[in-house]
Amino acid sequence: MEAILTIILIFMILGAIYSLHARDLLSALISMGIVGYGLVICFLLLKAPDLAIVQILVETITLVIMVSVVLDSTRHELKEKASIVHDGQSFINSRYVGNIFIGVLIALVLLYTYHFAIENLTPFGEHLMRMSGPYLEDPAATTGSANMVTGVVFDYRGYDTLGEATILVTAVVGVLTVLRIQGRK
Amino acid sequence: MILYLLCFLLFLIGLYGVITRRNVIKIVIGLVFMEFSVFLLLVLVGYVEGGEAPILDETIVSGPFVDPLPQAMVLTAIVIGLASNAMLLAIAIRLYKKYGTFDIRKINELKG
Repeated sequence: MEAILTIILIFMILGAIYSLHARDLLSALISMGIVGYGLVICFLLLKAPDLAIVQILVETITLVIMVSVVLDSTRHELKEKASIVHDGQSFINSRYVGNIFIGVLIALVLLYTYHFAIENLTPFGEHLMRMSGPYLEDPAATTGSANMVTGVVFDYRGYDTLGEATILVTAVVGVLTVLRIQGRK
Repeated sequence: MILYLLCFLLFLIGLYGVITRRNVIKIVIGLVFMEFSVFLLLVLVGYVEGGEAPILDETIVSGPFVDPLPQAMVLTAIVIGLASNAMLLAIAIRLYKKYGTFDIRKINELKG
């Protein structure tokens, strides 16, 4: 179980690295699909079928929107060069070096803090049901739903779902406002 | 433990993309990777070895189930992620229409 998940995660990481370094934006989007659908397989293996269905839907919609954006504009990818050629001499691009330095610094700080977080987590597969213990006591009688995820989303944590719906409406209104063809002068 | 670390590595790759890429679309892709890694980490934490999917059936009434709470939270988060991605892409389209480029540095220079 853990081995299969590790292999899929490594594939996802390779896809992510390729996606960020691809020359062509369209191939970058397609390798983003590797990560998204790999996530679907992980969800299925982790016994989360609802999440797998939602993730397939969302990933497909995101890919379609992004491909339409890229086909509408340009596929050309902008490359940051490691060195600048100026008057026949090549200089090291200081911005490039600065980016690498800041990136490594942030990674180290995050790794240090993550090391504290991971000590408080239970090991993989030995989760203690501290929060959701009451939810699992006779769920069909208390919520009337055979699917406990639905029970949590729409019953125990209904206000969260209300907030989610509000965010969705706000995002749709925002997209319509931004993409309005005639702007006000 | 290695799974948590790999999840974190995916998060770092997304962060690397957001910091170093110049293309707006690539920055959006990096943000999507960061989202995905967080979803996967939450679901990984809620997994119980040998547990069943939290759906009641005639055959499975009270087996050990995986934790439904992180799954419900991630379900909410995935939908919100879609909404925020659509918003980001709409802004990217607007930027391209206004400036004719996806290069974030050039957009920065061409203020006004």
